[in-house]
Amino acid sequence: MNTPLPEYPDALPEAEALFEELLRQLKPRVSHAAGMVGIVTGGAWLAERLHAALGLRAPLGVLDASFYRDDFVEKGIKPHTSPSQVPFEVQGREILLVDDILYTGRTVRAAMNELFDYGRPARIDLVVLADRGGRELPIEPVYCGGKVNVPKGAILMLERDPSNAFSLRFSAARRERKAQA
Amino acid sequence: MNNPQLNDRGGLRHLLTIEGLPREILVNILDTARSFVSLSGREVKKVPLLRGKSVFNLFFEPSTRTRTTFEIAAKRLSADVINLNVQSSSQTKGETLLDTIDNLAAMHADMFVVRHSQSGAPHLIARHLTRQNVVNAGDGRHAHPTQGLLDAYTIRHHKKDFSKLSVAIVGDVLHSRVARSLIHVLNILGTPDVRAVGPRTLLPTEIERLGVRVYTDMAAGIRDCDVVVTLRLQNERMQGPLLPSPQEYFKSYGLTPERLALAKKDAIVMHPGPLNRGVEIDSAVADGPQSVILQQVTFGIAVRMAVMAILAGQGKAGAA
Repeated sequence: MNTPLPEYPDALPEAEALFEELLRQLKPRVSHAAGMVGIVTGGAWLAERLHAALGLRAPLGVLDASFYRDDFVEKGIKPHTSPSQVPFEVQGREILLVDDILYTGRTVRAAMNELFDYGRPARIDLVVLADRGGRELPIEPVYCGGKVNVPKGAILMLERDPSNAFSLRFSAARRERKAQA
Repeated sequence: MNNPQLNDRGGLRHLLTIEGLPREILVNILDTARSFVSLSGREVKKVPLLRGKSVFNLFFEPSTRTRTTFEIAAKRLSADVINLNVQSSSQTKGETLLDTIDNLAAMHADMFVVRHSQSGAPHLIARHLTRQNVVNAGDGRHAHPTQGLLDAYTIRHHKKDFSKLSVAIVGDVLHSRVARSLIHVLNILGTPDVRAVGPRTLLPTEIERLGVRVYTDMAAGIRDCDVVVTLRLQNERMQGPLLPSPQEYFKSYGLTPERLALAKKDAIVMHPGPLNRGVEIDSAVADGPQSVILQQVTFGIAVRMAVMAILAGQGKAGAA
């Protein structure tokens, strides 16, 4: 297969600027009683910082959602799943579901299915740091740090340094794709 | 060497025995099980991984605990479960094992969980099948891999790290597929001190070659241990005079509070069940604060879920 390599942008947006924008949107609108759940791994990192900055009362939840993915039959379970933990009552609560980068929407779909197995939330608002487009499901964020232009198939990841500062970068898989081409 | 349990990409296709499995696969099963353990705190305890799949529980030998926990595990993964007690069906009418399997495969089985009194029966079935996964739920004296894994899970839960542990396996090692699977798991996970403790007549010859230290003296065998695994005295597998009597056995090898005091203060006591109280274990120990016997049963569900989920996820990957 000789598909042409996608064009990569020269510069990705500053993740910290996206984070500030996200916080600016959330602060006036979020109730302290809302529950927050981050999707591993990047979404959970983002949720940790948002949760602290917003001063939410309920402890932070984490979802892995591996057991709900629709690509299980093709890919199997990813190694080293981490246990999901939702340490508050989901039933009747407003939930902020947090992920780092929104792409096809399939991870969010899996996470929502898992969340419903804990109870019936009053509402779920989707919070993402960056939206790269390319949706395959009717899922849109309510709070979004900003849009990024990324070629289809490229793997964009959130990284966090030892001081918890965020940055966006392409994964090593990009080099493999180049080598194959 | 070609391992019949692995597909051409090194993924787990069948679970027949622990022997020869790479460490990463065992660790992955234990890690995945940890995620399944956390489901028990939820409103809905099921996940949709095996939705639309059929798991056939094929028990050619009686079992309550293992069959039930496999059934619960498959149901928590949303599979359809068909329980077959084969002793009381076609085989007594003369059908061969592989004919039985072909018929069940024709009913669109996706996975077979097999217990058989003949060592090697699950291997035979796995070799015969091209599409389905096979899980060995205990074959003869050979292996009981999910029990070995749930024992390892329980040990890891309490002791975190295998690299400094002393584990004593006490009793009827000769007839025990549980002991054999546990010894292999412990070796692969890097346990430095694994001991087999029991009367010579119930220890296999050359068991030292499995990397265990042999003790015929109970006190010496469990001294300073972190984990004591008591095995069931398997009356149904005993042929000939291996033991004077169960009472005699209890006198020399029964796990009493006095003997347990020789192990480390925080030692845990395990048993694969069913218990013979007053034969291999004193009730005061079985029901005591160091006993994790019932926890083993609960963890067993999560470990079996992990095994089935990992196998099912290899289905199409192998063909791709």
